[in-house]
Amino acid sequence: MSEEFKIEIVNPERSFFSSENVTEVVVPAFEGEMGILKDHISIISFLKPGIIKIFSKNVEEKFYVDDGIVEFKDNNLSVLTSSIFNLKDFDKSVIDKNLSDAEKSLENPDLDDQKKFLIEQKIESLRSISTS
Amino acid sequence: MPSLDDLKKRITSVKSTQKITKAMKMVATAKLRKAQENAEKGRPYSERMNNIILNLSGGVSDKENSSKLLVGTGKDDTHLCVVLTADRGLCGGFNTNIIKKAKSHFEDLKKQGKNLKIITVGMKGYDQLKRNYSNQIIEKITFKESKNINYFDADKVGKIVLEKFEKEEFDVCHIFYNQFKNVMIQIPQKQQIIPLQKEENADTPEKDNLNYEFEPDEDEILNNLLPKNISTQIFKAMLENSASEQGSRMTAMDNATRNAGELVDKLSIEYNRSRQAAITKELIEIISGAESL
Repeated sequence: MSEEFKIEIVNPERSFFSSENVTEVVVPAFEGEMGILKDHISIISFLKPGIIKIFSKNVEEKFYVDDGIVEFKDNNLSVLTSSIFNLKDFDKSVIDKNLSDAEKSLENPDLDDQKKFLIEQKIESLRSISTS
Repeated sequence: MPSLDDLKKRITSVKSTQKITKAMKMVATAKLRKAQENAEKGRPYSERMNNIILNLSGGVSDKENSSKLLVGTGKDDTHLCVVLTADRGLCGGFNTNIIKKAKSHFEDLKKQGKNLKIITVGMKGYDQLKRNYSNQIIEKITFKESKNINYFDADKVGKIVLEKFEKEEFDVCHIFYNQFKNVMIQIPQKQQIIPLQKEENADTPEKDNLNYEFEPDEDEILNNLLPKNISTQIFKAMLENSASEQGSRMTAMDNATRNAGELVDKLSIEYNRSRQAAITKELIEIISGAESL
């Protein structure tokens, strides 16, 4: 019995990434990081800014996402997101720009708690990327 | 009867027009391929989004408290129409068809005594609507600067719509665009995006409603998802529109090229005839002059 399942990441413009044989995916779900293995129960959840880690037999891929939705059904994982970057070609200057944008938007006084939380998450994960 | 010189000039001018339309056709063909590809690539996203929303909205227990984007404001007095057109002309009936569709919808609303607000996306739609509906147009948006359609632009439109919805400036929102069927056929579409209208095949989600787990709960996901869906739908419409625009332009320019060719043929025949006539006339003059000697 193989321990592999399918994943597809789609953004509005195209199908960003797809693979037939991943063994584990870690997604930054809204209520905390969530690891998904084969035969996980069907689930829908949305994402906070963070890093998606995709493990397959011998490779590991990492993507940064801003927001999105994950749906897992019948060993098909789909991730819908509007902003995604592969960490490999995530430029330092882009990170810094995103970071300063996020910090600026945090100063906006009429943010509700949820938005504030999301932005803080974004800053945190961007920082961790840029220092690593 | 135009003189030989005039005919010659006309032939050259038609020929150069033909060159232009031919070039435009080639450009449109090249762009069409790309636009079509983009439209196809963009489809999975909006389809999946739709599926998830259908799955979710089927499971919503408390209809009263769910998002207004889903169930509506309970009124339907003010209608917002987002008319998506191209920024450029010379693409056959493309813009006119959307406008026609939109106008007939506007007239219906008027008859029912509803308030009407219009947002135009693209220069041509604004140009054609401003004469009759200048008071109702509350916003005009154009993306002339951006070469390709990107989600960022669609998101901008979506945000404007949402902002106005939150301020309760309208109750119902429709978008108008051309759906790309093939190069020859584009179908003008009217789609209701607020409140969300379920597709006709609404009986499938019942079966499909596997026991999903939701994290956090359904309502919260739905509230998070619905605003995104607006931008997604607009983005889809923009993609379809751009493919349609290029397809429509290609056919229009192809026709124009062919017409120009026919015109050139006709004019050349006329030119040759009158040249021949002039020669014959001169010959007759010479012969009859010689005979009289």
